[in-house]
Parts: sequence; C-alpha cells; structure tokens
Amino acid sequence: MLRVIVRRLLQLAVTLIALSALIFIWLRNLPGGPVEALLGERATPERRALLTKALGYDQPILVQYGKFMQRVLTGDFGNSIRTGDPVTEVISRAFPATIELALAAMIIAVGLGVPLGYLAARWRGRALDNLTIAGTLLGISIPIFFLGYLLKDVFTQNIHWFPPSGRLTTGLDNTSVTGFFVLDGLLTREFDASADALWHLILPAITLATIPLAVIVRITRASVLDVLNEDYVRTAEAKGLRHRTIRGRHILRNALLPVVTTIGLQTGALLSGAVLTEKVYNWGGLGTLITDSISGGRDYPVLQAIILLAALVFVVVNLLVDLSYAFIDPRVRVR
Amino acid sequence: MSDPTTQAGAPAPRSGDDKPRPGMSERSIGLLGDRKKARLDELAQASAADRGGISLVRDAVRRLRRNPVAIVGAIIVGLFVLMAIFAPLIAPHDPVQRFDELTKNLTVDTIPGATADHPLGSDPLGRDFLSRMIYGARQTLFVGVLATLIGLALGVLIGAIAGAFGGWVDVVLMRLTDVMLALPSLLLAITLVALASRSSQWTVIFAVAIVSVPIFARLLRGSMLAQRESDHVLAARALGVKERNIVLRHMLPNSLTAVIVQATLTFAVAILDAAALSFLGLGDPDINRAEWGLMLGVDGQRYFEVRPELAYYPALAIIVVALGFTLLGEAMREAIDPKNRR
Amino acid sequence: MSLLDVRDLSVVFQRRGERPFTAVDKVSFSVEPGQTVGLVGESGCGKSVTSLAIMGLLPKRGNKVTGEVLFEGTDLLKLRPDDMRDRRGREISMIFQDPLSSLNPVIPIGVQVAEVLERHQGRDRKQALRESRDLLDAVGIPDPQRRLSEYPHQISGGMRQRALIAIALACKPRLLIADEPTTALDVTIQAQILTLLKQLVDETGTALVMITHDLGVVAGLCDTVNVLYGGKVVERARRHELFAHARHPYTHGLLNSVPRLDSPRGERLHAIRGSVSDNIPWAEGCAFAPRCDNVVDACLEGPPPLEPTASGGDLRCNNPVSEEVAVR
Repeated sequence: MLRVIVRRLLQLAVTLIALSALIFIWLRNLPGGPVEALLGERATPERRALLTKALGYDQPILVQYGKFMQRVLTGDFGNSIRTGDPVTEVISRAFPATIELALAAMIIAVGLGVPLGYLAARWRGRALDNLTIAGTLLGISIPIFFLGYLLKDVFTQNIHWFPPSGRLTTGLDNTSVTGFFVLDGLLTREFDASADALWHLILPAITLATIPLAVIVRITRASVLDVLNEDYVRTAEAKGLRHRTIRGRHILRNALLPVVTTIGLQTGALLSGAVLTEKVYNWGGLGTLITDSISGGRDYPVLQAIILLAALVFVVVNLLVDLSYAFIDPRVRVR
Repeated sequence: MSDPTTQAGAPAPRSGDDKPRPGMSERSIGLLGDRKKARLDELAQASAADRGGISLVRDAVRRLRRNPVAIVGAIIVGLFVLMAIFAPLIAPHDPVQRFDELTKNLTVDTIPGATADHPLGSDPLGRDFLSRMIYGARQTLFVGVLATLIGLALGVLIGAIAGAFGGWVDVVLMRLTDVMLALPSLLLAITLVALASRSSQWTVIFAVAIVSVPIFARLLRGSMLAQRESDHVLAARALGVKERNIVLRHMLPNSLTAVIVQATLTFAVAILDAAALSFLGLGDPDINRAEWGLMLGVDGQRYFEVRPELAYYPALAIIVVALGFTLLGEAMREAIDPKNRR
Repeated sequence: MSLLDVRDLSVVFQRRGERPFTAVDKVSFSVEPGQTVGLVGESGCGKSVTSLAIMGLLPKRGNKVTGEVLFEGTDLLKLRPDDMRDRRGREISMIFQDPLSSLNPVIPIGVQVAEVLERHQGRDRKQALRESRDLLDAVGIPDPQRRLSEYPHQISGGMRQRALIAIALACKPRLLIADEPTTALDVTIQAQILTLLKQLVDETGTALVMITHDLGVVAGLCDTVNVLYGGKVVERARRHELFAHARHPYTHGLLNSVPRLDSPRGERLHAIRGSVSDNIPWAEGCAFAPRCDNVVDACLEGPPPLEPTASGGDLRCNNPVSEEVAVR
C-alpha cells in the first residue's frame, strides 16, 4: 500500500519536472522571447545584450534551468512582465476566485448529477431517462462560452435575476480573509457581502458545471445500470431486504466507485472550463489571468507559474482519487 | 408401445451416430414423409435465423442501421460534409465580398438584419452572413478533420510502438503521454498556443490535435498489449512471420474499429476546442476567415448585444455538428461492444 | 395442503421488437413440507425462470407471468410486491449458482448475513452479528468470528457458498430453492456442499427445490424429480423410478449420456443428438421431436399431453421408451 503511494508520488514528481523543463526550455528559445517581451519596441541590439546578460539568459540552458528550479523551490517565481508584481502575489490573488467557482460548480455537478444518473438508471427507458440522455448529449456538445453568454443574456439582461459580471457588486465593501468571498463574509460576519458573493457566484457556477454534470450523470447512470444486473443485487432482493437498504448498501456503494474516478478527471474539465467561464463573467480568477498573460505579449513568468500550478493541482487531485479507491474498495485495500 | 423403428427391421440407431444436423435420423424422416420433413427443417431454420448474424463487423453494421440514433448522427454528418463540399454551389453569394447595401447601414450599434437578398443579414463588415455560414462548413470541416487526423496519426504511432515493443520503450513513451495528460485538455491547448511563437490556423490545429494524442496512444497501446498474448499473434509468430508484419498486418487492423469510433468522438471535441481558443483570442488571427468557431468566438461575442444572431447561428451549427458526430460515435461504440450481442 | 403448489405457471418474455418467447409453459408441480424436489433440464429449459417466478424476482417489465403459485394456500403471484418482499428471506429463500458474484464485494460477510436477521427478525446489529457467527459455524465455516469482518474475495468458493446457505437459512424458511448451487464449484467441494445441504434440510425440516442439470446431484438428494424440456414438464417420477425406468426419450438420453465406469472400453459417449436450440414450438408438436429417436407422426401434430403413469408419476410422450430398453 505504502509502496504504491510512494511510487505514484515519484511519478508525479517526474512528470512535473519534465513538464517544467519542457516549458522552460521552450520559452527561452522562442524568437519572440522574454527579452523581446520585456523590451518591446525599445529593443536595440545593445539593450538586448545588456538585458540578456543581466537576466542571465546567456548562460547555458541547463544552468539557467538549475537556477530556475532553485528559485522555484524557494517560492520565487519572478515578477510579472505586465504588472511588475511578484508572480506569487498575482497568482494568490486570483487563485481563490477560481477555486471558489470550481468548487461551487463541482458541488452542483455532483449534487445534481448523481441522483439524476441514479434515477435515470432506475427508470430506464422511461421519460426521465430519455430526457436525461438527450440532455447530457446536448451538454457535451455545447460550447461553454456560448452557454455562458446565453445564460447571461437571458438571466441578467432580460430578466434581472442575477448580476452580469464580477464577484461582487461594485461599491460593496468586503474584508478578504481567505479570498473565498462567500466564506469570508461568513467569517467576518458581513453577511450581506457573503450573500452578494453567492448571488454573483450562481450563474457562472451553473455555466461551468454543465459539462461535468453531463459526464457525471452519464457515468452514474451507466454504472448503476451495470450494478443492477449484478448477481449480488439479486441476492439482496432474494433476501427480502427493504428497498432503501438495497439501494444504499448494495447498489450505490458499488455503483459510485467509477463515479469517484470521474470526479477526479472532471476537475480537469473544471480548470479548462474556468478559463472560458471567467472570461464571460469577468470573474478575475486564474482563467482571466491566463488569457491576459497570453494576448498582448506573453507574460512568461506568470504563464509558467500558472501552468505548473494547474498541472500540480490536476495531477494531485487524480492521485488522491486513485488512492481513495484503496479506501473505498476493499478488493484493492485488502489482498 | 413398441418402437416403430425396430419394426422396420433395422436396429434402432444409437444417438450420436448420425451426422450432427438440425434434423432427424434418416429413418425417422423416411417414416414421416417429405412434407413433414420440410416442415421440420423450416422450423429449425427459423429458430436458427433468430439467433442473428455471425461476423462482429457485419453484426455491428446491422445494428447500426437499425439504430435511429446512429441514423440521425450519420445524416447530420453527411449533410455537414456535403455542405462543405458543395458550398460554392449552395451559397448565394461570395463569403468575402462586402455589399454596399449592407455596409451603408452599418453603424456602431446596428448591423443590418435579414433582407430579401441576404436572408441572414449582414456580418459586422457588410458581408452576406448566410454565405459565410455555408462556407463556414468548409473551414470547420478542415480544422476538425486535420486536428483529428494529426492527433490520430501521432497517437496511434506512439501507442502502437509502446504496445508492440513494450519494455523501456513503453515506459518512456508512456511518461511522455503522462506529461501531456498532466494538463486538462483545453489548458494544454492554451499552453501550446502560448508556446507558439506565432498564432495561425495551424497553431490551433496542432494544439487541438496534441490534446487527443494521449487518448489515441492509450487506446492503441491497450489494444496492442491485449493482442500480443492472443492466439492468432502467437500463431503468426510461430509460423515465422516477421514482427514488423505481425504488427502492421495483424494487430493494427484489429484496433481499427476502436480507432474509428474514437476519431468520430474526437472530431466533435476538436471543433469545440477550436471554437474555445478563438473565443479566448488565442485562435486563428485571420478573423475574417469563415469558420464557425471563429465566427462564434470573435464576432459572435463582440457583437452579442447588438446582433446575437451572429453568435446563435454558428453556435447552433457547431452544436448540431458536434452532436451528430457524438451520436454517431457513441452508436458505433455500442454497436461493436460484444456485450450487446444476443 | 402442499407447502408449495405450482399450477400452470407460464412465463412469456416479450422484449421490444422481438417475438414473444415462452420460457415456462404451463408448468405444474408441488412440494410437500420437508420434501426435496428436483427440477432437471439442460440450460435454457426454463427451470431457473420458474424459480425466479416463484420468488417474484423476475424483472418488473418485459415478461408476463400467469398461473398460480400457492405457498401454504396463498397465491404468491397475487401478492403486493411489498408483501412478497416480506416473505422472501423469511419464509422462502433462494441460493444461486455463482457464489462469488452473488455476494456484495464491498461489504463484509458478517454484515451480509446479519442484514437478513436485522430485517426479518428485528435484531440489532450487535446481536445479529453474534447470531451470524453461530450460523457460519453451523454451515461448517472454520474460525467464523474472523470471517465476519472479511470480504468475499478473501475466502474460498466453497466457503462463500456455505455463507450463502447460512444467509438463506438464517430465518428458518420453510422452503429453500437452490438454483444450481454447485455448478460453479470444484468437484470435491460440490460433494461437501451437497452433503451440507442434505444435512441441514434434514435437521430443520425445510423443503428443498433443487434445480440442476446434473443427474448425479439429483440422485443423491431428491425425493421426486421433474424433468423439464422447452419450458414444459416432460416427465415426473420418484427418484428410484426415474433412475430405474426413465420413460421419456429425453430423460433416457440424459441418463445414457452419463459415462459409467463399467462401460466397455472404446465405447463412444452417448450424447443427445443436436442441441437445445434444435426444437420446434410446442404448438407444432413435441419440442424434442427433432432430436428424438422415438419420434412418430403424432409428435408433429401438437403437444403431447402430460399423462399419469402407472408408477405414480407423469409422462408427456407419444412414444415413450419401452420398458425393456428403459432399464439400464
């Protein structure tokens, strides 16, 4: 058991190191490289040479990489080309916004998805099932940003149920503790701020949740259908157990195993989708940061850091999901 | 009751002596006459026919033809391809030409809507929107097909090599795909675009293609690994067939059906991802190109309040086409699944 | 009154777009208290479906069940689903063929036994687990206390089937249905399980319906045997009668196909010609006709009627195997 964990952690480390090395080397070698980006139009050969020396870009690539890794391990990612602020600061401002959004979306996706998938499987072939299947197919075929615009148009312009953008109504004061505005409001007892943040959160969260919801519904439904055909469910029925016992202990306990894996994979979809959703709703999280760092000159320090962070989060979440399998499936846990 | 067969003067046939066929012993048939025999044979045939086809592929195709979902998907895909191919014949106007009757009505916040000559109205630059929509099928098909093919080619190559050779080759190649899988799909595409020195349509195509590489690689690798130990491969090897030929002529073709299914599903994802990149401003810098993802992501978003149709039509087109490919792909996947055979 | 009286039970499967298929065709048999009755036949003859219909375990849709299943006078088919659910596990129990897949892989064995006691006898978890340990002991599982917290994949196939038997008999049902309980087990384990079953039903006075395709199983266990073919009962006899003088050509064929140690060397194995799918609908004649050596004209005119025999059984055949040939 422990061996498996250690091996997976090593794999994770290797993957991340390889990824960072690849990105690092690639970025350094681009014609429109970091020196160009910094100097912009004022680039003359002399200035370029000076800056190159100053930043240490004339050293062998491995040396540069070594220095880079050194700094990374001490938490120094350099400064943003665009704003000049330390990258860590820039990111830590944006990070909670995205996490809050992603978490809300995941709650919606799982909270709605699992029961819906279960019911669709139970009443297979009936109206709910057919509707659900159609809905999920549509859900994975629709471009998220379009859905975002659609929802925005309908719910914020035509019917003013929700605010059109941002995380808080402008002018509303709030004390930021964790960066999770909804939570912060509760912590500082500024309940109006909390409620306002929640109000702003709903529409983007629904938009972002669409694809994970569709996937979770499908996987849950398929998994429950498989389990319903299993012999041990028949045994449970033959025992005369009450329906809710069978549903909880026999059906769901087995059917939800693949769903857990899916949740891990869907965090990836959430990270990807967040980039799009944040643009639609002006959310100011990592997604917005990424797009800002690419269009209008590449802000390499920020980009590097975000990519590594995203990869880290994604890989770690999947690792946790895989490991959690050992806890929930005794066939894995006990040999 | 005495046994009539013994009365005929010959020993009763021992069970199992007769040639196995869904019929009866010659003796019994003879006793009953041809009419009855024909009837018996007919009934036996009927029950055999009920049990369905034999070959996996033929069985799958049969099931597909009966499946309404597959038919709908196939129709959509077919119409899409036809529209792309015959765009010049279908479209009423040239997609890049600016029309005076439209440009003269363009202001900061109005874009002319439907007129007699231009059923879908104008685009932000005074061009015929309907023609752009029809020609859009071409570029969209182009982007989708190319991205899928490149991803498929690379993925199949990596996966086949990894699965066929195993050992350290396998390990190295799988670590490589792990790096690709470290980032979720769109983020990977974004990263690749960011890493490119210049944006172009090809950047988008490659970025979207790379995203699907690990999927194909895993697919092929799994298929290769499964087949390596299978009987027909062992037999070929025992007969002295060269390893290269085994892989090329025996193993790869068997993986073909799974690859086709995945390619169909990948197409849908490809055009959606391409649209997303355009939306983020990371897509094709030639924003005048008539491609649905581009039209949706750039013009559609920019002019959404002014003229939402600029977004709705391309979006609808993308949704329908993505849906069509997904339906077809899913139906194909279910059709080849051996569990579904009766 | 018989404990179980099945009268004209029919099950017709009807899936969308397919022809209706009659899996069980007016099957009747009865079981007296404490008696062991066998349902014998090849795969596909309807014996499993019969048992599922009796237990009310057929899927809710896609099939139509007609006839009567009288359990101590009450027609189980007419019961409300919840009432039938109350009886299952408590008055009638069933065990199935594959012990590994019949147990929930993620729940400890102790809980799987205990839950029957909790459900039908109102025990709480602790008490139920204690009784479960005793039950596991009674079916011959060594070190039962440890087994309570183990999972199905951790114990052997034989032990799993014993556990399932323990579960089935936990609430002391009056009837136990066993659907091919030994088919998935090793031959040596088979014998152990059958011995266990025999011992338990003798001790508790539970009636047993043994479903199998293996005549060897029947020989050791059953008082009465019903032979099924194509969804109908084609022969019914007491055990000794059946093995001594099987009259139906199908039964005869089954008996003949069991290899004997004392048959001459080089003698070919006897198999019944053709396969189960080489049949004709009962409406057209005897379903066994295409494979039968005794077939006559009457066999192609309609289903032969089930008629009582001199020795107290029943027989559905126009041209049964003669007395002389029947004796092996």
